[in-house]
Amino acid sequence: MSEFLSITISILFHGVAMAMVLYLISVGLSVTMGLMGFVNLAHGAFAMAGGYTLVILMKQHNLPFGVALVVAIAICVVLSLILERLLYRRLYGGDELDQVLMTMGLIFASVGAATYLFGPVSQSLEPPAMLRGQINFLGRDFPTYRSFLILCGALVVTALWLGLERTRFGAQIRASVDNLRMAQTLGINTSRLFTTAFALGSGLAALGGGLGADFLNVGPNYALEYLVYFLIVVAVGGLGSIRGPFVAALIVGVSDTAFKYLAPQYGAFFIYAITMAILLWRPRGLFGQSA
Amino acid sequence: MTDLSSRDLMGDRKVVVDAFARRHRFKWYEAIPWLVAIACYFLFENYHALGAQIFATILFALSLDLLIGFAGIVTLGHAAFFGVGAYAAGVMAANGWQEPFSEILVAAIVASGVGFVSGLIVLRTAGLTLLMQTLVVAALLQELANKWSSVTGGSDGLLGMKIDPIFGAFRFDLFGDTAYVYCLGVLFIGWLLARNIVYSSFGRSLTGIRENANRMHAIGAPVDRRKIIIYTISAALAGVSGALIAQTTALVGLNTLALSKSGELIIMLVIGGIGRLYGGFIGVPLYMIAQDRFSQIDPIYWYFWIGLFMILVVVFARGGVLGVFERFNQRRRSR
Amino acid sequence: MSAPALETKFLVKRFGALVVSNDINFTLERGARHALIGPNGAGKTSFVNLVTGVLTPSSGEICLAGETITDLSREQRVKRGLVRTFQISALFKRLTVLENVTLAIAEREGAANDLLRPAGHHRAIIEEAYDLLVPLGLANEALRPVTELAYGRQRMIEIAMALALKPKVLLLDEPAAGVPPRETGAIIDTIERLPADIAVLFIEHDMELVFRVAQRITVLVQGGVLVEGTPAQIADDPKVRQVYLGESKH
Ligand SMILES: Nc1ncnc2c1ncn2[C@@H]1O[C@H](COP(=O)(O)OP(=O)(O)OP(=O)(O)O)[C@@H](O)[C@H]1O
Ligand SMILES: [Mg+2]
Repeated sequence: MSEFLSITISILFHGVAMAMVLYLISVGLSVTMGLMGFVNLAHGAFAMAGGYTLVILMKQHNLPFGVALVVAIAICVVLSLILERLLYRRLYGGDELDQVLMTMGLIFASVGAATYLFGPVSQSLEPPAMLRGQINFLGRDFPTYRSFLILCGALVVTALWLGLERTRFGAQIRASVDNLRMAQTLGINTSRLFTTAFALGSGLAALGGGLGADFLNVGPNYALEYLVYFLIVVAVGGLGSIRGPFVAALIVGVSDTAFKYLAPQYGAFFIYAITMAILLWRPRGLFGQSA
Repeated sequence: MTDLSSRDLMGDRKVVVDAFARRHRFKWYEAIPWLVAIACYFLFENYHALGAQIFATILFALSLDLLIGFAGIVTLGHAAFFGVGAYAAGVMAANGWQEPFSEILVAAIVASGVGFVSGLIVLRTAGLTLLMQTLVVAALLQELANKWSSVTGGSDGLLGMKIDPIFGAFRFDLFGDTAYVYCLGVLFIGWLLARNIVYSSFGRSLTGIRENANRMHAIGAPVDRRKIIIYTISAALAGVSGALIAQTTALVGLNTLALSKSGELIIMLVIGGIGRLYGGFIGVPLYMIAQDRFSQIDPIYWYFWIGLFMILVVVFARGGVLGVFERFNQRRRSR
Repeated sequence: MSAPALETKFLVKRFGALVVSNDINFTLERGARHALIGPNGAGKTSFVNLVTGVLTPSSGEICLAGETITDLSREQRVKRGLVRTFQISALFKRLTVLENVTLAIAEREGAANDLLRPAGHHRAIIEEAYDLLVPLGLANEALRPVTELAYGRQRMIEIAMALALKPKVLLLDEPAAGVPPRETGAIIDTIERLPADIAVLFIEHDMELVFRVAQRITVLVQGGVLVEGTPAQIADDPKVRQVYLGESKH
């Protein structure tokens, strides 16, 4: 019995940690989807960029972890702003197909660029000494880094939700997701809102990609390899929803961990099956609005 | 399709109806791909194997064009059907059934079965959710092929296929001479079928669904049924294409089901031009020949440049090569 | 048989707390010219969406010629002669005018299930489509893409698409919406010339059109029927004056 409990706790722990990473990365995708109906398949590339910059800054420039993380996020935000101006903006409100094609191109370009810059093998993150090893909590040992990950994720998520509830910017986002036309007639500068939301989403992705490097290996194929996870989280959560993806990320994180632990011979099979089942039951996702 | 809008045709009933009713007739330029293919057989004797791959992939692109270009079903998992067809043919060939045409037939049936069943599920949704589900179907199959190694060979791939000579007479040779003609022939049949569908009333209604699904509902079209039908047909064609590749390379691996396979196919189609029936005929050879050249020089750059090229096509040259042609033609005519 | 062309019984639709259709009991007689009016957001379009199956009612029943159609799909309703137009034109914009109408007729005739023969071989369908465009004044533009036409012309195609389906009951959602005033005349004429055996329900804000064409008028306010009657009764009704006419005159 106590072994069962121990396994359950372990699965929940690692599952929640993975969920935090998935959520941080995917929430931006859900918002851009809900706000501007933009299918940004290349969203994962920003997470990859975050991961790479963090690792490189720490390894080659010996920056401390915290500083490197902040700089990595800043770099990704700037990168995303440039791409938004240059490319994304042209396709707002356009054909879904064009958006898919353009961002598909971005994915391939990111694969090539990463291979060229960092080589074909994936990079590993060396957490600072403080975050290595185990910590004891209620008489059990937990890996320190993943505990930190959960804590960090919980803080960011809380800040994000409070921000969306309490700030003017948050209210504008919610109003625009709800009804873009109406928001425009109310005088909200939606163009600036898009840009800000896009940058925020990319920044969060970079944070998730950096922190989550020990779940999602930072290699050149990142944006392609994990795309399915990000899309699952967003679609199962419900497009445009902020909380939906969190629940979806928990489902994916915990069940992926559980199945990989309990039935490793089936790989990711169950996750895919569960996803299909949920969408069969609720085609608009768990928190999507229905007709 | 733009020929019709020249103003001088209008007004007279017979003239208008004739112009409209004759759109499906063959135009001279539709012979070009076939003439080029025949000429290339004699001009590039050392590249017959590559040519065979190109023809098979064009068929794959054609099947995707039916979905994305005509029915407006944007999918990221088309490789699922390609891979299923490849494995179906491959497993038969590795287990003693060696007659190529019956293998193709079985590949088509199996792939269309998978297309039909998965279509029932995924086509209920649209947009990002549809993209995700098509991707998941392919990933699911890939996982299946990976784990079911007693049949599929798992991550090592399926080896040891043997294929009988075509019509009992033409052996698949090392240089790909037979494969070239064989793939070209199958592509021709697939193209005839696809072309027929596109110009049929059914095909026109698919275009209607792409342009405005709500309106199609409002004129009483069974939208969901139509989508499932074309999804199934497209899956069958993709399966045939996979079978061709399996037979001519005698190798099937997990990569036949991968997202990168679907993604690359989309890129090829976009370069040529989506929704124009001939996009694959242009995009596939361009892509595969360029890849053959450049990746010998530096494979690392390949994905970067192809991605960049794709972005440029979408942002600046919508409609790909064929789209640029059309605009050029329109401008010339309106002078 | 004398069941009304269309009937709804206790039709209710809620979106969460918002009630967009509140117990609507409505009857459209055969061959009627019936107007549905009401302020913005009253639930008129929602009513059409419910009747045509775009929305699923929360409760209530819909009958077409005496038969319950509440559970039928959108396309099955169309096949039984229940046809609508859209408040905001919903056409195949990049296709030609002729193609738009041809698609509708091919659907009606079941030709659109034919994937073996070229569409051009169904010549009678194309001819019928062309002949339908002539009286609507669209024949000269038959081979032009819809986007190239002015919005007023597009509204005519909207009606042509509906007529192509040979409806028994026709629901017109603000046929003149967005049309410049000098072009509304053509649309009113077209509505007046609709075959007498079609039962027509039209939603309209333009009171001139309403009083010129309608034999009966139903006033919808906040999802519920406020009153129903002849144009004269409606014009004299104090409630209507207060709620509706008062509001639209500014
Ligand atoms: N899918 C939906 N979800 C939630 N609310 C909806 C939905 N569709 C319509 N509504 C609401 O139902 C109400 C009635 O809308 P409807 O479009 O039927 O009004 P209408 O009478 O046609 O108005 P108008 O004259 O402006 O066309 C509105 O408040 C609208 O916001
Ligand atoms: Mg309305």
